[in-house]
Amino acid sequence: MAHDASSTLVTTATSETRLSRGILTAVALGFVLLFLLLPLATVFIEAFRKGPAEFFAALRDPETFSAIRLTLLVAGIAVPLNLVFGVAAAWAIAKFEFKGKAFLTTLIDLPFSVSPVISGLVFVLLFSSQSMLGPLLQSYDIQILFAVPGLVLATVFVTFPFVARELIPLMQEQGTADEEAALSLGATGWQTFWHVTLPNIKWGLLYGVLLCNARAMGEFGAVSVVSGHIRGQTNTMPLQVEILYNEYNFVAAFAVAALLALLALVTLVLKTALELRYSDEIAASRRH
Amino acid sequence: MSSNRLAGIAKLALVVGSLQLGLVGLAHADTTILNVSYDPTRELYKEFNAAFAEKWRADTGETVTIQTSHGGSGKQARSVIDGLEADVVTLALEADIDAIARESGKIPADWKTRLDNNSSPYTSTIVFLVRKGNPKGIKDWGDLVREDVQVITPNPKTSGGARWNFLAAWAWARAANNGDDTKAQEYVTQLFKHVPVLDTGARGATTTFVQRGLGDVLLAWENEAYLSLEELGPDNFDIVTPSISIKAEPPVALVDGNVERKGTRKVAEAYLDYLYSDAGQKIAAKHYYRPFKPEAADPEDTARFKELKLVTINDFGGWKEAQPKFFGDGGIFDQIYRPGQ
Repeated sequence: MAHDASSTLVTTATSETRLSRGILTAVALGFVLLFLLLPLATVFIEAFRKGPAEFFAALRDPETFSAIRLTLLVAGIAVPLNLVFGVAAAWAIAKFEFKGKAFLTTLIDLPFSVSPVISGLVFVLLFSSQSMLGPLLQSYDIQILFAVPGLVLATVFVTFPFVARELIPLMQEQGTADEEAALSLGATGWQTFWHVTLPNIKWGLLYGVLLCNARAMGEFGAVSVVSGHIRGQTNTMPLQVEILYNEYNFVAAFAVAALLALLALVTLVLKTALELRYSDEIAASRRH
Repeated sequence: MSSNRLAGIAKLALVVGSLQLGLVGLAHADTTILNVSYDPTRELYKEFNAAFAEKWRADTGETVTIQTSHGGSGKQARSVIDGLEADVVTLALEADIDAIARESGKIPADWKTRLDNNSSPYTSTIVFLVRKGNPKGIKDWGDLVREDVQVITPNPKTSGGARWNFLAAWAWARAANNGDDTKAQEYVTQLFKHVPVLDTGARGATTTFVQRGLGDVLLAWENEAYLSLEELGPDNFDIVTPSISIKAEPPVALVDGNVERKGTRKVAEAYLDYLYSDAGQKIAAKHYYRPFKPEAADPEDTARFKELKLVTINDFGGWKEAQPKFFGDGGIFDQIYRPGQ
């Protein structure tokens, strides 16, 4: 009886006709083509519409070049910070029991659930000259809003969950047995972390950092609010794309967009390579 | 996995990180001033800034770097209030500079009288952008409410430019009906029934008309209309100048609170004065703004500006009266415009 049922199941699972399988595949492929590949291709086609010379000239424009540098700077600060914060938060949550743990976990997710524009506005409310902090900062000549610190803060906030979210399930699954063994053999806390925990999570960590970096470079909403849009000064790449597009400078806009897309593609390739090679370790953390 | 390899990864991350940081050069130590402006002035100030920097170097031997920020006029004013360190603001509407004066106290309330022509070194007006050859034969405001005509204009609740459009239409209808405001309101009500989509800003409306191909006529700033003609090809569009329009005065002001703190008063004042100089007026006219002193501009440039009757905001009692009356909550625009009707 049981045998019958399972064999029926197996037959049902593979009993679609060639035709319906073909249609299903075509629909899926068509969807991917229409919604992912086509827009991506359009970006590159538009960017090279007037030839590669024009494309590279657009990227060499001083304002665009400074936008590229600024994006690298902001990501270069925000990603390492979130690497440290993320590991610390995941370590605390996965390996220790303490009061308010559930609350901390919820807090980490907060940037995911808040609209990026609101995230940016929070910093405006905190640091604007109309705020309580504003006059104090001004008296010390510290510029946070409409300058690099504001951009970094907004980016750190928006990308905070990536590393922690990647690591928490992985570390929870691994449990504390390895660490306990290390400690019982006389290792210090730091040695335990460096020689036991870190090697266990490294691929998950790298994966989280990749995602974090991709978002840090691509973030638009939050940085738009705190940027002030000073040309050649506080415009990151996504903001520069919008400005160029609004100025009818389509080739340049798509050239910068293509560069961003290229960064995304590199991230994607690295991510896929990681997944292929270290699928087991990463699998534990793949919940989204 | 050995900790050596991990240390290697960490080092690599450090190197990549510092490379990213290293790419960012140090800022120059020269004087820098920031001009916070609105959207369509990019080309104008790009040329003007270069000219001013050269003049400043010739006069004083000092190097000055002028930074600019462009965006919606209201949003830009908000940023200055929140602490964007503008030395000068060059915005679309008087009300936006008033807001900075009121909310931040960084500009004195009487700013408007400090420079000539209500602090507007250049003006513009509202004209029609139509499809090439003007297939619908649009000549004046009256043609816009014909059965077969669709009009593109942004939302006056959110867009500064759209308020000028609204008042220009009103001015024509009032003049055409011997000063009858009731008739004018009827006309404007009809006009907005011919608007298929209200964008939030002037650039959005331009894109709707130009890129998406919606509508037969775009109500646009004269300088924006010429700019889109230049950027997107004169083969596609024509400009029609109506018989009556409104004189828009985009004002400029020194942000006293910021220049005092930064010690840039002298250069910022010179910057604004230079807008009124012959050289500044010439550049404004070249970029399709009507100069305050037309005689200073190239005759070739000024010849592009067609003669027309221009009313001003004072004919509507000034912005302080017009803004709440026409565009405030429950104002005339709210009464006449119901989406989808």
